[in-house]
Amino acid sequence: MSRETIDCRRLLCPMPVIRVQDRVAEMQAGDELEAVCTDPGALSDIPAWCRINGHDIIEMRSEDDLHFITLRVGEQ
Amino acid sequence: MSLQRKAVALLSGGLDSMLAVRVMQEQGVHVEGINFFTGFCVEGHTHAIRKQDRDKPKRNNALWAAEQLGIKLHIIDIIEEYKDVVINPKHGYGANLNPCLDCKIFMVRKAHEWMKAHAFDFIITGEVVGQRPMSQRKDTMPVVQHESGVEDRLLRPLSARNLPETLPEREGWVNREQLHDFSGRSRKPQIALARSFGFTEWATPAGGCCFLTDAQYSVKLADLWESRGSKQYEMDDIMLLKVGRHIRPARHFKLIVAREEGEGKFLQGYKREFPTLKVTSHGGPFALIDGELSDGELRQAAAIVARYSQGRSANEVTLEYADTGGQARELRVKPASPEEIPAEWVL
Repeated sequence: MSRETIDCRRLLCPMPVIRVQDRVAEMQAGDELEAVCTDPGALSDIPAWCRINGHDIIEMRSEDDLHFITLRVGEQ
Repeated sequence: MSLQRKAVALLSGGLDSMLAVRVMQEQGVHVEGINFFTGFCVEGHTHAIRKQDRDKPKRNNALWAAEQLGIKLHIIDIIEEYKDVVINPKHGYGANLNPCLDCKIFMVRKAHEWMKAHAFDFIITGEVVGQRPMSQRKDTMPVVQHESGVEDRLLRPLSARNLPETLPEREGWVNREQLHDFSGRSRKPQIALARSFGFTEWATPAGGCCFLTDAQYSVKLADLWESRGSKQYEMDDIMLLKVGRHIRPARHFKLIVAREEGEGKFLQGYKREFPTLKVTSHGGPFALIDGELSDGELRQAAAIVARYSQGRSANEVTLEYADTGGQARELRVKPASPEEIPAEWVL
């Protein structure tokens, strides 16, 4: 199992979703990916993308204007 | 048991594409959605910028629609490839800088590539004959099929019975009799079908979902091209056209003046790319300077920005000018009068 972080700061939705989607496509089930975002829209869009594509959100937190969204990759 | 056929749907998140998907699902077709991000999509960037909008619920309509429909959605970044569609549309522009027919051809072509790469059988869209003046006419719909290369693997479930039979119908993958014959601009048939499917909510983007259909945005894009002497753009250019007041006192420089705090914050993200002005003596906006200015022009720019501050009636307003390296200096100016900012400067 691996854990990675991608920098989605300054990207506006849906670009953070696209970055997550493209990175997840290269990962294995059980791997974890943290997206660091500044667009608060990512707080709804990345979980929605995870729900429809079978991945799990395991943590979401915000510090000032930074949003940290961590998901666990599902079967794909 | 017969093989379950697979369709990829161009899913904008609007009602028509949702209905097209559900009509296919009712016939047992496996559907996945595809959504192309051009950079000009309205919902993508706007809700994150303005402070007044930050507390509104955030929702990407295509993702929301996919979730309602229980399908996967693939969002594809086509920003770079799409430039050629915007800059050189073979079929021309619509009322503004919207290359709707070329756009549809391009998206169907990209969906066709995706379809072949993922072993899907056909493409569906929510198009309705006669609904849009450029891309959804009976005479332009075959153009989309032919020029995209998809030919008869493109099915429009809402209008199929007004159109020639497609491969999925001929092969019996779908039942033509259970497809629809919608046409024209009336939304009543779609709303009735939505009700019959139990849909209670759908996105209705005011003015469409593309900034290129917006007259004011198109003016700003045309101005950008005119000032640069060529029809080129980068992603940051088209994002900045969505934000702030754009004021062009001369061909070689333009000001982008924040209209409120959220825009100011967004524009501050560009302070390494553009020199900036910020009113310091009064409440006032943050502004970017696009272009190289003489000292006189810089004072003129400062006076214009001061005009949009709370010190607009003061004899003198102080601003901080910063270059892209962060070197700052103070400017004191008398705010411009309304007459000193002609209407034609405000894009």
